[in-house]
Amino acid sequence: MTAFEFTIVVWALSALAGFLGALTGLGGGVVVVPALTLALGVDMKYAIGASLVSVIATSSGAAAAYVKEGFSNIRIGMFLEIATTLGAVVGALLAGRIGTHALAIVFGLMLLQAAYQSIKAMSDLGPRVESDTLAKRLRLGSTYPVDGQREEYGVRNVPAGFGMMFGAGGLSGLLGIGSGAVKVLAMDRIMRIPFKVSTTTSNFMIGVTAAASAGVYLSRGYIDPRVAMPVMLGVLAGALLGSKVLVQARVRTLRLVFGVVILALAIEMIVNGIMGRI
Amino acid sequence: MDDRRLESIIGELLRAGVLLSAAVVTAGGVLYLVRHHADQVNYRTFVAGGPGIQTLPGIVQSAAHLNSAGLIQLGLLLLIATPVARVAVAAVGFALERDRLYAVVSLIVLLILAASLIHAT
Repeated sequence: MTAFEFTIVVWALSALAGFLGALTGLGGGVVVVPALTLALGVDMKYAIGASLVSVIATSSGAAAAYVKEGFSNIRIGMFLEIATTLGAVVGALLAGRIGTHALAIVFGLMLLQAAYQSIKAMSDLGPRVESDTLAKRLRLGSTYPVDGQREEYGVRNVPAGFGMMFGAGGLSGLLGIGSGAVKVLAMDRIMRIPFKVSTTTSNFMIGVTAAASAGVYLSRGYIDPRVAMPVMLGVLAGALLGSKVLVQARVRTLRLVFGVVILALAIEMIVNGIMGRI
Repeated sequence: MDDRRLESIIGELLRAGVLLSAAVVTAGGVLYLVRHHADQVNYRTFVAGGPGIQTLPGIVQSAAHLNSAGLIQLGLLLLIATPVARVAVAAVGFALERDRLYAVVSLIVLLILAASLIHAT
């Protein structure tokens, strides 16, 4: 393949991944890595390096829009980033230790979970809770817009949420993804933070988490400019387009289709990992 | 300074960082395609690319010589620096709000990021 063909094909695949990732809220990384490795035979290390930078781009690019809506909570985000950045450094260091086959299998398992979460669309747990003692001391509770008015919400189970965020950071550093799905699980399911606050705050945190492992990736050479360039520009373009059409799209059907696609990718990653073909 | 204002400053900062980075990466990408479009490429086996794309001084130097890979990598460095700048701005913002707890929390995150980046390069 010539450099020109490779750049165009990777750009187009990444744009599609970014588009679907934005529509479903799962992010572009979960599709970009399997697309590069399975379809184009790119080594996992190049794929996760390119995916990691695209994750920083989409997270940062979308943040300005989310902030205007007034859902994201920078205190919760900043506090939990202590856990995600530490996890990300550990994950990135581990990525160099474990072999490519094992990495592919772990990636496949993560995709299985993402497929499940995509098909079984999550919604708000409600009703809102009071903050517990630790959350009060950390002033994590805040208000968010509901039907044009700002309603209060509390936060609970901070240590468990913090622990899960360390895991989310670890996955992000290990696999070069945003692991937004796990971050949302930790905030929404465990800490009982409203769903919309959880998803927007998670987006906010993804860039910082990924930046923590980017240094390790860069120094190891995982971020190759010739692979990362079309991936970053493609995912960014796709994600911007995706967030524009998000309002009109029939998200439920789309999530189902996306879930099935991810399920197929998950199985293929795991099988290829076990057979030693990746 | 209040939270809403701090959030919108941070949001704009992030967007500006991404746009700047995307512009530099695009410039490097165009240069790369002009010079190397017919090269045969193959990324099946991982080979580390060398100091010109792996270390901070190496990247700055090759970007200054208008090396296309170095230019793309410089754009990606700007991208990586964007969320780091966000944390630094938040630390200052919280300090201005006299929110000592969250100024310290932001500094801890900044320290982890700095340690990881410095250790790596």
